[in-house]
Formats: sequence, C-alpha cells, structure tokens
Amino acid sequence: MIVDPVTLIVALITISTPVLLAGLGELMVEKSGVLNLGVEGMMIMGAVCGYIVAHQTQSPTLAFLAGMAGAAALSFIFAIVTQFLMSNQVASGLALTLFGLGLAALLGVGYEGQPIPDVAKPFPEALREIPVVGPIVLSHDLVTYLAIFAVAAIWFVFKHTRAGLILRAVGESHDAAHALGYKVVRIRVLAILFGGAMAGLGGAFLSVVYVENWVQGMTAGAGWIALALVVFAAWKPGRVLFGAWLFGGIAALQLRLQAAEVGVPVALLDASPYLVTIIVLVVMSSDRARAALNAPAALGKTFHASG
Amino acid sequence: MKTLTKLLASAALATGLAGGAIAQDDPFQVGFVYVGPIGDYGWTWTHDQGRLAVEEAFGDEVETVFAESVPEGADAERVIQQMVLGGADMVFTTSFGYGEQTNAVAAQFPDVYFEHATGYLREHDNVSTYSARFYEGRAVIGHIAGHMTESNIVGYIASYPIPEVIRGINAAYLHAVEVNPDVEFRVVWVYTWFDPAQEAEAAQALIDAGADVIMQHTDSTAPQATAQEAGDVYTFGQASDMIQFAPAPRVSSIIDNWGPYYVRRVGEAMEGTWTQSDTWEGMPEGMVVIGEMSDAIPEEVRASATAIMEGIQAGEYHPFTGPINRQDGTAWLADGEVADDGTLAGMDFYVEGITGEVPN
Repeated sequence: MIVDPVTLIVALITISTPVLLAGLGELMVEKSGVLNLGVEGMMIMGAVCGYIVAHQTQSPTLAFLAGMAGAAALSFIFAIVTQFLMSNQVASGLALTLFGLGLAALLGVGYEGQPIPDVAKPFPEALREIPVVGPIVLSHDLVTYLAIFAVAAIWFVFKHTRAGLILRAVGESHDAAHALGYKVVRIRVLAILFGGAMAGLGGAFLSVVYVENWVQGMTAGAGWIALALVVFAAWKPGRVLFGAWLFGGIAALQLRLQAAEVGVPVALLDASPYLVTIIVLVVMSSDRARAALNAPAALGKTFHASG
Repeated sequence: MKTLTKLLASAALATGLAGGAIAQDDPFQVGFVYVGPIGDYGWTWTHDQGRLAVEEAFGDEVETVFAESVPEGADAERVIQQMVLGGADMVFTTSFGYGEQTNAVAAQFPDVYFEHATGYLREHDNVSTYSARFYEGRAVIGHIAGHMTESNIVGYIASYPIPEVIRGINAAYLHAVEVNPDVEFRVVWVYTWFDPAQEAEAAQALIDAGADVIMQHTDSTAPQATAQEAGDVYTFGQASDMIQFAPAPRVSSIIDNWGPYYVRRVGEAMEGTWTQSDTWEGMPEGMVVIGEMSDAIPEEVRASATAIMEGIQAGEYHPFTGPINRQDGTAWLADGEVADDGTLAGMDFYVEGITGEVPN
C-alpha cells in the first residue's frame, strides 16, 4: 500500500498553517530589525485566549480576534521592554516565551475539554467533493486561506509599497531611517504587534480548529519552528511558505509511511525534519555573502535616538 | 555573556521558587512528579485524581505538592531533589522515563519513600515500583475494535517502543483478530506521550490510510477530536474516560484508577509499615477500569465484551492465554498456557499476525 498524495497534501497544508502564520509575523518583526524570540509564548497565548473566547461566546470569529489580541497584548510587553526600556532583545524574547507559557497555563485552568463551536468551512460540501481539486484547494479553513493570502500580501508590501520600503529601511539601518525622519520606535512597535497578532492567530487555529481543545503546553515547540523558518527562508515570504510546507510535508509523510507500513526506520523518519533543516542551512550559508545580505543589518540591535 | 548571566540568574531564581514553595514539618508531605499537565484529561490527570484521593483520605495529616510537565531524563532528577529538599517525605514519580533519576535521588535520601510508576528499577530499599495491567483493558477494547471495524483496519497511535506499549498492542490485536480474522493493525509511533498536534496528525494519517477504529497509547484527547471531525471513526478513551467524546467517536475507555494504591501506600509510609514492593495490579484489584460502553456498540458486542471484562476481573481469564505464536511464527505459549509476568514485563516482540515491525 502506498501513501495517497491527495490526503498527504491536504494534511501538510493544514499542519503547516500555525507555523506559517507565526513565521510570517516573525518575518515582519525581523525585517524591522527586531529579534523576538517570544513566538512560542505568543502562540500559546493566542491558543488559550482563542479557546476561552470560543467557549464563552461560541463565535469562531471572535475567538480568532481574541487570539490575535491576546498575543498582541503579550507582544506589547516585549515592545515596551525592548523599544522604550532598551533591554536586550534575546533575553526579553526568551523571558516572553516563559511568561507566555506560564500565563496561558494560568488563564486556561478549567477550560480543558470545554465545548467549543465547530468552525464552518468557507466552501460548500459539494465543491469540496470534486476529485483532487476539491480536497486540496477547496477543503481548508478560512484561516488557512488567510495565511496563504498573507504570504502574497506581505511580499507585495515589501516589494511594491512605500510602507514596506520604510519598514525595511528601519531594519537595515535604524540610524539612517531616524535621520530621514522616520519614527523608528513607532514602526518597530507596530511590527512587533503585528508579529504578535499573527502568532496568536496561529495559536488560535491550533486550539480552536486543529486540536479543538485547550491543553497546557499544546504548542509543543511550534513557535521555535516558526523562528527557524524565518532564517531558513532567508527573510523572504515566499520561502517561508515553501519552508512551512516542507516541514509540514515531512511530518505528514513520516506518519503516513508508518501507517502504510513502509519499511523505513522510524527514528530516521522522526529526525528527518531536523536533518533537512541542517542541510538547507549548510547549503544556504555556503554562500556567505548572500546569506549576510539577506539578514536585516540592524537585526537585534537596540536603537537609541540620541545615539 | 551578559545575556547568559541574566539567563542563568533567572533560571536559578525559577528553580528556587519552585523547589522551596512549601516546607513545613508537621504534616506528612507527599510529592508527585508528572510528565504532562494535570489538565491533559489523560494519564497525568488520573494520577492527579490519585493525589486528590490521598488528600481526601488523610485530610490535615498530609500535604501534597506536585510538579507538572517534567521532562523525562536528567532534568527530572533536579525536580525530584528539589521536592525532597522542600520537605517531601514521600515522592511518586509517575512516568517510565523517571526510573534512573528516582533511584539516583533515593540513594541520597534513604529516609524518604519513593514510588516509581511503570518502572522496574529498585536499586535501593526505599524505592518501590508500581504499575497497572493496562493490557487487560486493551484486551476488552481490542475485542470491541475487532467487532466495530468495517474496513478491517485498526489504527494504533503508539508512544515509545517499550514493553508496556508493545504489550498493549499485542493484547488488543489478539482479541480483535479472535473475533475478526481479517483485521489488520497499523501502528504509528509518535515518540511522545503528550503532543496534541502530533497525536491529531497521527490519527489523521491513520484515517487516511483507511482505519475506521483508532486506539491510542498517548495522553491527549486530540485523536478523539480528529476522529469526530472525520466521522464514522471510533476511538477509545485512554487513561481517563474522555467521556466528553461519547457516545461516538469514543465508544469505551480504559481508565487508570490510582487512588486506592496511593492511599494505601501513603498510609503505610505514615505508619512506618511501608516496605519495598513491585506492584502490578489490574482489573481484578480495580486499578484498571473499563469506561462505560456507549450505545454505538451493538448490544451483543457489549455483552461479549462485558463477559471478557468480568472474566478478567474474576481472575478466571488471562488475556495472554496460549496458543500464541510470536510474529516470526515461533511458538510462545502452548495451548492453555498463560504468560508469566517476567516475559510480559520485558515484552519486546509482536505476536503472530501483526504486520509491522517493532522499531529498535
């Protein structure tokens, strides 16, 4: 028995949605010159806030908005600490993850297994049953389409809009951008909030749509994969999508090979996403000049207006 | 460097807070180390129910503390140590992977009682091990699964290839194939006890491969949700009842009931009659319970499953009763022969008929 490619593709698109959303958010943040390592914490805040609101209001729309708002609120702490109080971004980001995990666990007490509404799919049943195209293209949740649309939107903003150019300028050289009169801190705070909202949406998708439950620690490292994706993608939105699908594809494929009883060693399959990451990172960094060109020059550096 | 110092400082602060939270001398303090969150509604939740049973039974005489989501391996040693330094007189470590760490800490504190769940290492006099004969429950739900499957493919989400998990697969398969000779088991190893997203994906992979009954040896309810979404797929609650998914997809469950054992052992420790032991109890003692069989199961299947359950409870029937061959066709148990506990405890092979391979 072989693996059915159609269900494999459907599964990989679904699995990769949370990390794709969080990765795109982090891409925007890093492009503005800020390194926020708190993605995991923001995702889990999105997951818990989304789930609580889904249970209380029975409205998926409000749940997604709450997930975004909750994570954005958490990221605002990071924004205050790093942009106004000039703390180290690496330490603050790690602290944000720890804080987010703890706070989410506290907020979520008692909500485990509480009923939430089913999230309706955007396309009718009849369309979803068209062979091949139906399941692959038309069977997903609205959030998944949103995530893919966001890839194109972010690419367009970076490439073709003045706002994107300003954001990139801030990320490349905050001093030069400041000298030109752009509000570096304000732009970065907005980027951080956007990154938080995207991570939150990814987390809410995980709890409200995918697992349909809230459990402490449920993101289980998805935020870290999202962070790795951004580097993997060399800060390009299209490649974030590719990377997310590659990771999702390997995860989905290895389980399906097992289910099909293909004689591949399980340990090797389990390690495969990490092996691929290493290989790609090695290939990418082999061209040192290009890799350096892609990373925003001011990434992780603290900006002080008087400096 | 500055960053590193900050990190270390905050880590030290965090452990200090966690460890020194409660340190009173008067009540007998019992610590619990959990592998998952108590809200998992599975394995850890049932152990926490046991902890609450201890509190209820002894009231003010005991005080309980617990640590959730403690990773298996080296880190567990630090957590157990902190718990003892914080005043615990007795510690229950509730996952297989805490074995070496429990024994290492036990060596340092000979006056503290240690109880390690599902383990086999008792290197010191103050370490006992205990486990439940989950495979007895697997036999009952395997019987139901064999009847319920129409595609004749039963999916099995397995955690780690350790004897306890392999035993469960074998017990379930033997009783499924007994009532349905065409049944096939597809086993997916996820190498985690608790990762809802991974478990959901494993369930989806099995459903896509044609499985219409899913069994799990992982702790979250995510596979139940995936089955519900897929429709026409049946599941069984694992560790806890997972009744919120009844009457379908969850048609029955294997429930761990640790409370009576915990109350007994804590009582013995308080009285000073505690001795080292290796406890392995199952359905006859009530440590393993079968959850309510829902209406989704046909009446006659409910009756026959109940008969198996009652046979095991009465001690009249052993789920591993020969003739049973190993996967490679060699004889394991002769006709009427019953498996001995030693072989079961170290079971590292599939029985005949299972097509996959045990990963090594």
